[in-house]
Amino acid sequence: MTTVSWSGEPGTSRGPGPFLSVRDLSVEFSTEDGIVHAVDNLSFDLEKGTTLGIVGESGSGKSVTNLAILGLHDPAHTKISGEIWLEDQELTSADGTTMEQLRGNRVAMIFQDPLTALSPFHTIGRQIGEVYRKHKGASKKEARDRAIEMLRRVGIPQPETRVDHYPHEFSGGMRQRAMIAMALVCDPDLLIADEPTTALDVTVQAQILDLLKELQQQFGTSIILITHDLGVVAGTADNVMVMYAGRAAERGTVREVLREPQHPYTWGLLSSMPRLNASVDVPLTPVRGTPPSLLNPPSGCPFHPRCDYTKLAGPELCFGQRPSISPETGHGDACYLTLEQKRELRTAKTEDHA
Amino acid sequence: MTSYLVRRVAGALVILMIISAITFYLFYAVPRDPARAFCGKICQPETLALIRHNLGMDEPLFVQYWHWLAGIFTGREFVQFGECPAPCLGYSFATQEPVFGAIVDRFPVTLSLTLGASVVILAFGIMTGMIAAWKVGQPLDKIASASSVVGASLQIYFVGPLLAFYLVDTLQLIPRPSYVPITENPVEWFTHLLLPWVVLSIIFTANYTRMTRSQMVEQLAEDYVRTARAKGMSSKAVFFRFAWRGAMIPIVTIFGVDLATLLGGAIITEQTFSLHGIGELAVRAVQNTDLPMLLGVTIVGAAAIVLLNILVDVLYAFIDPRVRLT
Repeated sequence: MTTVSWSGEPGTSRGPGPFLSVRDLSVEFSTEDGIVHAVDNLSFDLEKGTTLGIVGESGSGKSVTNLAILGLHDPAHTKISGEIWLEDQELTSADGTTMEQLRGNRVAMIFQDPLTALSPFHTIGRQIGEVYRKHKGASKKEARDRAIEMLRRVGIPQPETRVDHYPHEFSGGMRQRAMIAMALVCDPDLLIADEPTTALDVTVQAQILDLLKELQQQFGTSIILITHDLGVVAGTADNVMVMYAGRAAERGTVREVLREPQHPYTWGLLSSMPRLNASVDVPLTPVRGTPPSLLNPPSGCPFHPRCDYTKLAGPELCFGQRPSISPETGHGDACYLTLEQKRELRTAKTEDHA
Repeated sequence: MTSYLVRRVAGALVILMIISAITFYLFYAVPRDPARAFCGKICQPETLALIRHNLGMDEPLFVQYWHWLAGIFTGREFVQFGECPAPCLGYSFATQEPVFGAIVDRFPVTLSLTLGASVVILAFGIMTGMIAAWKVGQPLDKIASASSVVGASLQIYFVGPLLAFYLVDTLQLIPRPSYVPITENPVEWFTHLLLPWVVLSIIFTANYTRMTRSQMVEQLAEDYVRTARAKGMSSKAVFFRFAWRGAMIPIVTIFGVDLATLLGGAIITEQTFSLHGIGELAVRAVQNTDLPMLLGVTIVGAAAIVLLNILVDVLYAFIDPRVRLT
């Protein structure tokens, strides 16, 4: 497993740093109701050839972060600050043409629902081929051959006939495979998969995740895997970042975060997930309450209204001051509980669960 | 595809049968006697009876309808009046001519008017709508949206004479509207119909501007458009190759419905500019209680609308591959 350095050197010139580095990223949308603070001072890194799982509830800023990497937000209503470095290129300040050349070429994205995400009006082959033509300047014939090759690579039977079919003639799993073929057609360095398996049933889900892993091993692609399913992360990712209200609540390697979770929110996510080896009598405990409104995020720790341990950690801190993630590198979390308290609480929880 | 068309046309014929039966009943059941109108002021009962007999009006209504229907295929002869060769849609006693011939004579005028207006509507409506959607929220969008509201509120009989006064009489930019057959002189055909086209299309164009704009804005927010952008497609390609296809579907649907309204609008436009089209024929038939003519115009109008709707449905299948004509 690759180790990840979480440190950044903001403002300094960049040496051979991580492959992707997001520094102090904030994304704000202006809406009729006010300003939505969708992502708030988020920093993370991704090494080449590894997978980062980003986990969180709906509206925690997972997708927004990744759309910001691709520069897909409407500039008229969005304010983006901070830096996104892809190797030696800064993306938040890059112009439209640069981003256009980057998208689908060096950075590709897979979306959640392959039925709505594929154009219903064009054949699969054309949708895959046009990316190749745009970025590699290939001819129609070459693009078609490439599309067939890609469809074969992602395991679609009879790609020579399938290439001329429309998305509605594909099954859900096939569509997501076609979507992956489309994303990988230019051999991107970074693949962002936004809940790629949410719309699929469980067996197909496993196939798709295996496919992603296999392709990563073959081509050394870095992957950001957005999901709300910790099970998916456990099986696929190297590192995890748990997001809450547009901020990182906890991050570390998969082993660290899943074995020794530090943040009460991560505990909540884990205990709301059924386990195969647990007794059937143990009830699932969901995280109480609902995600906060990002129009008007809670003061202090954004998780405090739903947290059971504010008394223990110190209400003044939790209610008044925004915790930052610590330690700066390795397994870290944004919570005021002491390490000792966390360990005790966690032990108590595992005993409950067993 | 072929079997689809055969079934649609067969269905259309059934619909036209029903429409003709209902219209026939409605027209001939009214207590107005066209025979009496021909008989003159001093009308002998015998003469009246003879005219009624010659018109076939002394028979039960369903027999009359049967004769009318059979006449379409066999032609009919009206003693004392004249011959009506197949396809005979009836004989107009007011104008002393077969209905079908009168309609065929007038048809090119109305067809030119409607088709030309359709082109103006679609070309301008879609174009301005696209511009508005491209510049959404910017001044150009606001101007297009505002003027489309104004345009949609105008009326043919108001704009028509107004434009005719300024463009034809005062500024003398274009000739007075009339019909020059396209086979005779295409340029004059065009210039003489320009004003009627513009007037007839104003209301519709405005609607298509608004519809295209809202459809485009809606499509641009769709997932597949986001995917296209995530693939690195340029804004232009996203706009014209992806969003446009989706936006066209509802526009084609509405256009299929609007064609009927457009034919209705053609009647008013023909009246406004004294063009001798089918609309004018219909208006005059109403004034003269010329029931055979009225019936003929109604059936031809209905047939045109039914046929155009089949065309629109076929067009659907070309725009959207998910639509299968079976």
